[in-house]
Amino acid sequence: MLTIRDLKVSVEGNQILKGVNLEIKAGEVHAIMGPNGSGKSTLANALAGREDYQVDSGEVLYRGKNLLEMSPEDRAREGVFLAFQYPVEIPGVSNANFLKTALNEIREYRGLEKLDAMEFLTLVKERMQLVEMDPKLLNRSVNEGFSGGEKKRNEIFQLAVLEPALAIMDETDSGLDIDALKIVANGVNKLRSKDRSFLVITHYQRLLNYIVPDVVHVLVNGRIVESGGKDLALHLEEHGYDWIKNEREAPVTM
Amino acid sequence: MKEFSNNVDIKDWYISHFQAFENSLNGSSKAPFHQIRRSAIAKFADLGFPGRRDEEWKYTNLSPLLKHQFPVAARPTSLPAETVRQFVFKGLAENLLVFVNGRYSRELSNYRAPANGVIVDSLGNALKNRPEVIDRYLAKYAPFEKESFVALNTAFAVDGAFIYAPDNVAVEQPVHLLYISDASAGSHFASPRNLIVAGRNSQVKIVESYHGLGENPYFNNVVTEAAVNENARVDHIRIQDERLNAYHVYSLETHQQQNSVYWMVNVDMGGALVRNNLTLTLDAENCEGHLLGFYMANGKQHIDNHTAIDHAKPNCFSNELYKGILGGKAKGVFNGKIFVRRDAQKTNAYQNNKALLLSEEATINSKPQLEIFADDVKCSHGATVGQLDNEALFYLRSRGIPQEQANSILQYAFASEVFGHITIDSVREHLEEIIEERFARL
Ligand SMILES: Nc1ncnc2c1ncn2[C@@H]1O[C@H](COP(=O)(O)OP(=O)(O)OP(=O)(O)O)[C@@H](O)[C@H]1O
Ligand SMILES: [Mg+2]
Repeated sequence: MLTIRDLKVSVEGNQILKGVNLEIKAGEVHAIMGPNGSGKSTLANALAGREDYQVDSGEVLYRGKNLLEMSPEDRAREGVFLAFQYPVEIPGVSNANFLKTALNEIREYRGLEKLDAMEFLTLVKERMQLVEMDPKLLNRSVNEGFSGGEKKRNEIFQLAVLEPALAIMDETDSGLDIDALKIVANGVNKLRSKDRSFLVITHYQRLLNYIVPDVVHVLVNGRIVESGGKDLALHLEEHGYDWIKNEREAPVTM
Repeated sequence: MKEFSNNVDIKDWYISHFQAFENSLNGSSKAPFHQIRRSAIAKFADLGFPGRRDEEWKYTNLSPLLKHQFPVAARPTSLPAETVRQFVFKGLAENLLVFVNGRYSRELSNYRAPANGVIVDSLGNALKNRPEVIDRYLAKYAPFEKESFVALNTAFAVDGAFIYAPDNVAVEQPVHLLYISDASAGSHFASPRNLIVAGRNSQVKIVESYHGLGENPYFNNVVTEAAVNENARVDHIRIQDERLNAYHVYSLETHQQQNSVYWMVNVDMGGALVRNNLTLTLDAENCEGHLLGFYMANGKQHIDNHTAIDHAKPNCFSNELYKGILGGKAKGVFNGKIFVRRDAQKTNAYQNNKALLLSEEATINSKPQLEIFADDVKCSHGATVGQLDNEALFYLRSRGIPQEQANSILQYAFASEVFGHITIDSVREHLEEIIEERFARL
């Protein structure tokens, strides 16, 4: 599904990702953990194609195609989806219209019929239940005035509607209360399939109790410094990152 | 066509046509209003056209307009009905007054006046048939002694719309005033003149729209006056969607009596050079004035909005929101005056103007101008100039929406704050469709 080779990315002239390697197979769930500022969101945004993230070198193959050459919209149409850490508010654009436009763009790209208003509504109602989202949010402007948790729920709701092949979730758990976390995680679990991969960025083991990852990676200072099974997350929860930092950086700094 | 190099020569061109115009009026040159025309042309001769040194015209260069010698629009002309149909607003085909080159077209119009003494007619007919209302209201508010374009319009005014709602009558259906400038056979200069009179406790809704045909340059110099009596409410929408061969100057003067409400939504999308002078005068207590504007310009278009809200009496409320989107090398000008006269205590006046620049070469000159002579007032103003929000743009694109469409979605969202205030649902929906289509083409 996704192969990242030695990816280096700069933001405003500072290199943030300093050579990331990652391989995600179809149907797998990978988690990325790591200290604040280590570059997790940078990786997510670079994969989604944000223009102010300058790719210095490296390669990203997505289903055999060069992802880095595609525009953000083409990545989305090819099936890449980023659930943002900080979803942006867009006053004046209705959530429903926005999502219908997006869905039909993607369907058209995949050679499917566009959905009419009724078909769209039926689909949306069904997917809204998956994350138990308040239907009223559909008629409001995109994320405008949404609470932190509502924004996150809206991201996963969009994920459910757009049905990507690769879903990147950037700290979807932060901002969700304990019950909401369970609901959203259950929704995500229902979306798991052998053709769909997830890259889940999180700070907390708790999310990974619900969405059980196949692989856990630790990103520190722009590099993946440790990868392991789901137990790695438990270990991190207990011991923090210092042991890794010490292990990896001590020889360099001394 | 000969070109003139300075304002004096072109002023004389217009003055020299007054005589012929006067002769063409036949009998109606005896009417009292004709004396006003004469004073107006004399005033125009004094005033001349404004120049760049005039503070009110600092950012609007009139020379592209003033190099043309436009002949005065001749006799009423007509158009095929299907040509007209494309411009008619949804649901308003039976509440329609059509004007071609500033002159009323009876056969293209379709209006059955409701009972209750409501009059919806051409100003030309009203000048003949309604001397008492005309003498009382026409040219009483638009200041031809001070404004050269008002003077020029007043001198050549023969036709336009006349809308009269008697006391205690609410006219439910909006009246659609459809102005088509047909410049396919040649150039012209038109002086549409509208008069709106809302009696006590009355309500009227007016939709003025301006469109063009053909390629020759022409000049539309419009004046609308509105007299709003006690407890009356006027909902007024103007949409200017002419082509790039249009020079368009529009002046609005309203005069409000106690407890009255005026809603103006002003939209400019077309025209090469456009200047609006919009003045709301709240001349009695407890009035409300709302002024909402939207403009979009591209290429080399120039759109100038000069607005004034004059709080003459206490306890009134006004709200102004003006938004514009400028691309290409387009220029926008916004000047928003709020006067709060010494008497006008307890005034609440708010103004906000926002512009979105889509290109590096597009410019906006924006100036709020608050002149407050009372001490117990609440006034605020804000102005912002910005670009499209990159974060929002990326968000939309990251969901599969192509860049151009994402751009137009965001522009539409920017504009929708103004359209949201249009209280006539069918008109709002119609306009939203036009705008959406326009954005898609940008
Ligand atoms: N637009 C930007 N301009 C300047 N620096 C930036 C920008 N975006 C990110 N950075 C910097 O890049 C570094 C990595 O940021 P990133 O958002 O990827 O971290 P993160 O691992 O997601 O952190 P967190 O866990 O706090 O979300 C940080 O030091 C951040 O300040
Ligand atoms: Mg982050």
